[in-house]
Amino acid sequence: MKKDIMICGVGGQGTVLASKIIAASAMDAGFTVHSAETIGMAQRGGPVTSHVRIGDDAFSPLIPVGGADLLIAFEPSEAVRNLKYLKKDGFVIVNTVPVKPTSLGSSEGSNGKAEIEFVKSKCRCLTVNSDELCAPFGSSKFFNVAVLGTAAGSGELGLSKEIICDEIVKIVPERFREKNMAAFAAGYKLGEENNANQ
Amino acid sequence: MSKKYVMGNGAIALGALSAGVNLVAGYPGTPSSEIIETVVRYPHEGTYAEWSVNEKAAMEVAAAAAYCGARAMVTMKQVGLNVASDPLMSLAYVGVKGGMVVVSADDPGPISSQTEQDTRRFAEFARIPVFDPSSPEEAFEMVQDAFEYSEKYRTPVILRPTTRVDHAYASIEAPDTFHAREYGGFVKDSKKWVIFPRLSYMNHAMIEKRNTEIGEDFSSYRFNTVSGSSAKAIAATGVSYAYAAEFLKAYPDIRLIKVGTPYPLPESFLLNALEGVSEVLCFEELSPYIEESLLKLIGKHHLNISIRGKLTGDVPPSGENDADSAGRIISRFLGLEYAESSIDCSGAPQPPARPPVLCAGCPHRASFYAVKRAMKGKKAYFCGDIGCYTLGNAMPLDMVDTCLCMGAGITMAQGFNHMDKDAVAISFTGDSTFFASGISGVVNAVYNAADMILCILDNSTTAMTGHQPHPGTGRNLMAAPVEKVSIEKLLIAAGVTKVITVDPLDLDASTAAVKECAGIKGVKAVIFKSPCVAIVKPDKKMRTDSGKCVGCMRCIREIGCPALSVSGGKAVIDGNLCTGCGLCSQLCKFGAIGGAEE
Repeated sequence: MKKDIMICGVGGQGTVLASKIIAASAMDAGFTVHSAETIGMAQRGGPVTSHVRIGDDAFSPLIPVGGADLLIAFEPSEAVRNLKYLKKDGFVIVNTVPVKPTSLGSSEGSNGKAEIEFVKSKCRCLTVNSDELCAPFGSSKFFNVAVLGTAAGSGELGLSKEIICDEIVKIVPERFREKNMAAFAAGYKLGEENNANQ
Repeated sequence: MSKKYVMGNGAIALGALSAGVNLVAGYPGTPSSEIIETVVRYPHEGTYAEWSVNEKAAMEVAAAAAYCGARAMVTMKQVGLNVASDPLMSLAYVGVKGGMVVVSADDPGPISSQTEQDTRRFAEFARIPVFDPSSPEEAFEMVQDAFEYSEKYRTPVILRPTTRVDHAYASIEAPDTFHAREYGGFVKDSKKWVIFPRLSYMNHAMIEKRNTEIGEDFSSYRFNTVSGSSAKAIAATGVSYAYAAEFLKAYPDIRLIKVGTPYPLPESFLLNALEGVSEVLCFEELSPYIEESLLKLIGKHHLNISIRGKLTGDVPPSGENDADSAGRIISRFLGLEYAESSIDCSGAPQPPARPPVLCAGCPHRASFYAVKRAMKGKKAYFCGDIGCYTLGNAMPLDMVDTCLCMGAGITMAQGFNHMDKDAVAISFTGDSTFFASGISGVVNAVYNAADMILCILDNSTTAMTGHQPHPGTGRNLMAAPVEKVSIEKLLIAAGVTKVITVDPLDLDASTAAVKECAGIKGVKAVIFKSPCVAIVKPDKKMRTDSGKCVGCMRCIREIGCPALSVSGGKAVIDGNLCTGCGLCSQLCKFGAIGGAEE
């Protein structure tokens, strides 16, 4: 398998854990993996990206423009910011809930609808509402694992449910495990429904 | 042995452990911090590791280990090497017995740094060898090679990774447990270990002769490579090589020269690699180091080769390279068509700017706000420093007028005070920064009778770089409980006139403390003490009462907390971000913000 997966969002949304789980799962499935993260000052509320490159011919840690097979966007405007990295026939999973930057001051900013419409008009796309998906778990912090479920269920990730669940067990601290597994299952179901619809 | 999926920094740690490193010391700094953290994560019998108080201390601790014949590694970010340059420059003359590797991580972009300085230049300046890995896998091997070369030539050597190598992940096959090497111990010899002008004169001559030999040795080093045979060649180093190699996969005939050891220049290797070449494009980050080295080389050997790169405007002078700039720049040089095959994003809604901000609930926000309130209507200079709290510069807080380098806030405030007696001179310094290089500034202030307020933002950790312990935390890297070094007692011992410790989340008490200090002559200090929100679990969250909120936006306009936003003309709080610090509720004049127990 050769697959370039980009995860984008805003610092603090948990994109790093999502990319770690994907990378570890792909390694367990026997593939060569390289990945890269945004770390440091930019993590504090800035735009963040993770690049996960599965397969033998990735020399560098960063996915080139137009190179990603799958873009998992934790935030609508970040999906737009990083859309250029997607292959023309690539797939996007995008959260419809915006994160408003403090630079907006007292103006309301975008509700994310225009961004979602733009992404939909440009590529194959599955939208996910993190508030709705994570409501049963009490916090949107579980979105990172839930959306991994969606990616796996949609068939676009190319990794099995079992392998990913094994990694969640290994990586996530025990006290959060149950909720994370439930979040993954909920996300998976959503992805699967979309997969069946295709 | 097992495969481990680790960051480039982890690969460097595993490489050093595999080389039997006896001592590792360093000071945290992005992108280098995870190296030392990884060293202590694996079973490592006989390896001593520490977070030193700053890079100079780390370099000196490591130098002594190397004098003992032990293998030592010292880690830092590139600007840390400036701090450690005093011992390093002298150590280069004195030399070592055991292998000593200085890891100085460069940060093209810069992504999390003050400068785009190039450690390769520092290596040349100090006349010591430098290794430049292009991937985590290579860094793992290079650090082990670096120990060998260090011992062979009895000199400290530098490993210079860059952010994209430090923070890239790859699988590394490495042992699961490690044992430090046996070492002989220090043998006293004052003619060798005590630096004197006469010794420096002799060693300088020896070093210049030796470096020519190292350049020859490097000419057969396995990470200096050439592929392809075209007359137009690409020369690349570090991660830029990886970008170039990936692009040139489709063009295997194009000559690609990789320089893994930029200094001392592997001249014979390069002369061979340049056989039949008419033009070279140097694809590198930070300074045009290889470009200038090749210009010298072709001048020295009267070669008719045109050298292109940053100096000719083919490669941008600043910022980092990436896969796309590699494609674009190399295509232009080779006369190839470069068509980006990506989705047409014209007409896209403009994504909002997201400058980094202090986290929701960060106690620094409250500290800055208290000082701002206390200084309202007064002329004041706010001298910031390096750490999360540099972010106090952002609107609406706007409380950082200057930021130069580690510890400069305290001393610069003194300079402002001497130049303008009508203003209040205030410095903001974090706890880790205070221990790293703030103390001497405090002594300078007392000694030279400055009139200033020191604000120590004590969140009990080194937050920006990933929550490393420091002398004030009561723990060290070996996880042993140790005596806490008290900032308060240090300040009192130095002769600071007034020291007040407050909880910054108590806005009125904090504001009063700053006002009190402003009314006293001399050097005063307010220690704002409250732990980083990333290391304590919040016990409540705040909520707005939409019935009471009149939409005045005072909370949003004044403090810029990322958990606060506007919806339907009223302030709302994001429960996923709020930590219940309560600063906003202390501001609200309508009692519309209250705490809800978790």
